[in-house]
Amino acid sequence: MAALRILYFSWVRERIGMDEESVERPAPGTTVAALLDRLADTSPGHGEAFADRARLRAALDQTFVPLDTAIGDALELAVFPPVTGG
Amino acid sequence: MGAALSVRVTTADFDPGAELAALEALPGGAVASFTGLVRDDGGLEALHLDHYPSMTERQIEAIVAQAAARWPLLGVTVIHRHGTMKVGERIVFVGTASSHRVAALEACAFLIDWLKVSAPFWKQEIRRDGSRGWVEALRADDARAEKWKK
Repeated sequence: MAALRILYFSWVRERIGMDEESVERPAPGTTVAALLDRLADTSPGHGEAFADRARLRAALDQTFVPLDTAIGDALELAVFPPVTGG
Repeated sequence: MGAALSVRVTTADFDPGAELAALEALPGGAVASFTGLVRDDGGLEALHLDHYPSMTERQIEAIVAQAAARWPLLGVTVIHRHGTMKVGERIVFVGTASSHRVAALEACAFLIDWLKVSAPFWKQEIRRDGSRGWVEALRADDARAEKWKK
């Protein structure tokens, strides 16, 4: 089973201290929020970045999703703050 | 008959005059545009724009497709820069061409409102004192984009 690639942007990337990481694929029913709970324990930076869920947004395979979405068979998860382009 | 749709995500500056001329060459008779620049808020040196490369163009193309489905457009050009831009530099261009001025104006406003809330870019302020800070998203921007759902 392929690993899950996780990308970080903006201050989420800065707090975690890396652009991306690869994790063992969670069970398909695992939600983005549940995976973030698990990752929050992997380093102080992860804990800080994921502390306030209201400030986080996510995308699965380059499509925006709410944090309570199941990861399913997605290959890429991205975690970032609300966008500020334009 | 497809409209001439062009989406570019680039670090390079662009020439709004040339972009407008290309839209004016279409047979519509109505062209509207918006150019966004780095605003000097007193103390700002530059903006750095981070983005999600594999998602950005796709996401902008989806917004452009929505505009093209909603209004009778002959052409749409969206250019969004990433990287570092100094105060006064151009960040974003939206241009629309149509046979109807209302379609051109409304589609242009729709596009920039939706780009702001759904294109994966993040702005970081680089201030003259050397400090940096990520720009917070504005609720007012969400509200403006939501209005187009009515």
